Amino acid sequence: MEKTILKTKDLTMIFGGLTAVSKLNLDIKENQIYGLIGPNGAGKTTAFNMITGVYMPTEGEVVFDGVDISKYKPNKITNLGVARTFQNIRLFSTMTVIENVMVARHLRMGANLPEAILRLPSYKKKHQESYDEAMELLKKVDLEKEAGELATSLPYGKQRRLEIARALATTPKLLLLDEPAAGMNPQESIELMNFIAKIRDQFSLTILMIEHHMQVVMGICEKITVLDYGQSIAIGNPEEIQNNQRVIEAYLGVE
Amino acid sequence: MTIDAFLQHLANGISLGSLYALIAIGYTMVYGILRLINFAHGEIFMLSTYVALYGVALFTLPWQLAFLLAILITGLMGVLIEKAAYSPLRESPKMSVLISAIGISFFLQNLGLVIFTGRPKTFPRPDFFAKMYDFGGIKIMSLTFVIPIVAAIFLGILVFLVNKTKMGMAMRAVSKDFETARLMGIDVDKVISYTFFIGSALAAVGGIMWGMKFPRIDPLLGLLPGLKCFIAAVVGGIGSITGAVIGGFFLGLGEIMLVAFFPEFSGYRDAFAFVLLIIILLVKPTGIIGEKMTEKV
Amino acid sequence: MEYSKLKKILTISSFFLLIALIYFAPNFLNDYAIRILNLSAIYVILAVSLNLTNGFTGLFSLGHAGFMSIGAYTTALLLMTEKTKIMNFYMYDIWPPLQGITLHLIPSLLMGGTLAAIFAVVIGAPTLKLRGDYLAIATLGFGEIIRVIFTNSHSITNGALGLKGIPGVTNLWWNWGIAALVILIVKNILDSSYGFAFKAIRDDEIAAESMGINIFKYKLMSFVISAFFAGIGGGLLAVLLSTIDPIMFRFVFTYQFLMIVVIGGLGSLTGSVISGIFITIMMEVLRFVEQPMNLGPIAIPGIPGMRMVIYSLILLFVILFYQKGIMGTNEFSWKWIIKKIGLGKFIKKEAAEQ
Repeated sequence: MEKTILKTKDLTMIFGGLTAVSKLNLDIKENQIYGLIGPNGAGKTTAFNMITGVYMPTEGEVVFDGVDISKYKPNKITNLGVARTFQNIRLFSTMTVIENVMVARHLRMGANLPEAILRLPSYKKKHQESYDEAMELLKKVDLEKEAGELATSLPYGKQRRLEIARALATTPKLLLLDEPAAGMNPQESIELMNFIAKIRDQFSLTILMIEHHMQVVMGICEKITVLDYGQSIAIGNPEEIQNNQRVIEAYLGVE
Repeated sequence: MTIDAFLQHLANGISLGSLYALIAIGYTMVYGILRLINFAHGEIFMLSTYVALYGVALFTLPWQLAFLLAILITGLMGVLIEKAAYSPLRESPKMSVLISAIGISFFLQNLGLVIFTGRPKTFPRPDFFAKMYDFGGIKIMSLTFVIPIVAAIFLGILVFLVNKTKMGMAMRAVSKDFETARLMGIDVDKVISYTFFIGSALAAVGGIMWGMKFPRIDPLLGLLPGLKCFIAAVVGGIGSITGAVIGGFFLGLGEIMLVAFFPEFSGYRDAFAFVLLIIILLVKPTGIIGEKMTEKV
Repeated sequence: MEYSKLKKILTISSFFLLIALIYFAPNFLNDYAIRILNLSAIYVILAVSLNLTNGFTGLFSLGHAGFMSIGAYTTALLLMTEKTKIMNFYMYDIWPPLQGITLHLIPSLLMGGTLAAIFAVVIGAPTLKLRGDYLAIATLGFGEIIRVIFTNSHSITNGALGLKGIPGVTNLWWNWGIAALVILIVKNILDSSYGFAFKAIRDDEIAAESMGINIFKYKLMSFVISAFFAGIGGGLLAVLLSTIDPIMFRFVFTYQFLMIVVIGGLGSLTGSVISGIFITIMMEVLRFVEQPMNLGPIAIPGIPGMRMVIYSLILLFVILFYQKGIMGTNEFSWKWIIKKIGLGKFIKKEAAEQ
């Protein structure tokens, strides 16, 4: 039996009378690539925000690796091993590519402020290690040549990759990708799919992704949950989802 | 404390509270729409007293006309400040706009010092406001009654403008969601100008009455009341007009009562507002009636 | 020549050049000019510390004057001799335990900085969890509360009378030495992963939090460090001026440092240093507009206060038309200078430059 890494129980978010997500139940196994799909405004990003602690759920629980994290702050959740990217890329705009990744290494570095101020050898060593690790990650996402450039000067596709590299630098067990293929052409989408599969294996990750490109979702996800108006309307593997009548209705709309 | 003395303090507190409320509204309206602390609001308030003073003393206009003109001119100055210092920065980081607001505030203070000099001037108090009434031993000046009445009238006008006119509706729409309002075809810049006009005009109403209540005016006059009234707006619930009024009265009455009941703390009167601010931020950061504003992710 | 070697040579030689400048300054500068140089060192400290919060961490703090006053009063009271204290406190008696204490400069300054830092925790803890705007207003408010308290606690601060005759134990060496130390410390923080965390919070709080950074903790850290150095700057200012009173530290005083930071570039250490020196000197030079002038047949009367008008106009001009200020978020580097003067081709390319 595979181990469950993320479980949500009746996860609900209500914004001033408007129910954005209602009683969402997810059960994600270790090493799975899991898709969360649905029409615009279905509550997918809200679900992400609850899992990562940006929003406090109105009701329900989020259990990660056996720990109830529903009331944790985002930074604490990251420290437990959940990382994410954002729908509208949120890079640190005034920092270079490598600095963006090194920010994510800061917590794992374990350096204290006095040794940083005094530039003690112990700090220099840790800083160098962090730099090397960040460089290693950049190599893996093929961005090492851009290491010294300003993050926001990169083209769109590279910014997406950098955001993933930055998330990986927090050494996650679970990675949440919010529309990683947004704005990509079919060719780029296929490359992205391969890339996601590759990092899953390399870093032994579990991946939960929101995506609109059906080609990507169906091609890579092992299990899918479909949200519509905050409700989960279908769960299954890609084939089951493609043939599900309610899903088709939700996407095409019914009179 | 005798009941007479208490009533006197109460009357004082209510009239000071009315003034704070009038000034606080300008802060809350601007914050509601632009999410900006308009640091120059205190200086707008200060300028209104000088405009009224010059109208009466230099141009020897009848006080009714001078005061009315001062209210209009101050309103226009508010619009002008927004156009010059805030609207060019609509797309800039928030910190830039705040700094620009501080720059304008600092500029007007110093310009005031150059033009009006630092020596305090005496604000005229027309006889109408200076009649003394005797209520069985308590002497109260007519001004003390006039202030809350005038404040109530202008608040009534404001409530009407915001709730019953098309522009008022547009203002509420913009403060709810700037971008959507723009997409709906609302002329956001016009709404902002209108907001600045109303906020500044109300500050002028407050300023003129302030001048009559405390007739020594100087160019740094706006500094402390400005800051205090922003705090009043925060205490009441920033973004809400009702909140600003509640906060204004809360602060005005609180200050007067502090000095009345604990005369030994009178030196700390100016710190009262700030202590209140810290307490409210700790206990209920959204203010007495405020709603939470969240960021979209 | 290899760049790293060249860099070392240039840095060391400019360091000695500065030392020589300070050493020989009294020979060719009058007392007034030296006083301005001292003042600019202090303003550099204050600008650098304000830039740490407002420029690098994206916090909008306006409490510098308050933190400075804590540092100034603490330093002054610890430095003054018992005799001077008794002469000062002729209206009210000084709080007895304070009367007998006289310390040296360094412990006095450290004490001033530490007290300012403690107050920063008190003010930062409730407000830094809230929306950014509240920090601005709460720090302003705090500055005023401190001023009101200092005006009223006669037995400690001598109230509105202020303190006179603070021993002038500093000189160019002290002021510039401490300024250099502060710059170095702040630079080391900014170049470390702590600095990266600060900048990440400035650029995007939500993304920073998702990197595992406890934003409240790091904001508080930046705020407290900034307050500590503001306290030290305030202490040095008290020593230089020899007289302080509560009115000096009104919140508009903070605006001056805000201007220095903005003009130098929010988020540039180099900018704060350049602009701190430049603005301090300019403010003195501009005194001429306040003095009456005789240009042959024309006599121009001086306009008191005009200096500050010009000053605030410059700030508005910069923020409206040239938001980057002098340096933007760039920092000084020898490489940049060498390239600028057209000698770039003499530097060997190095493979992996960090």
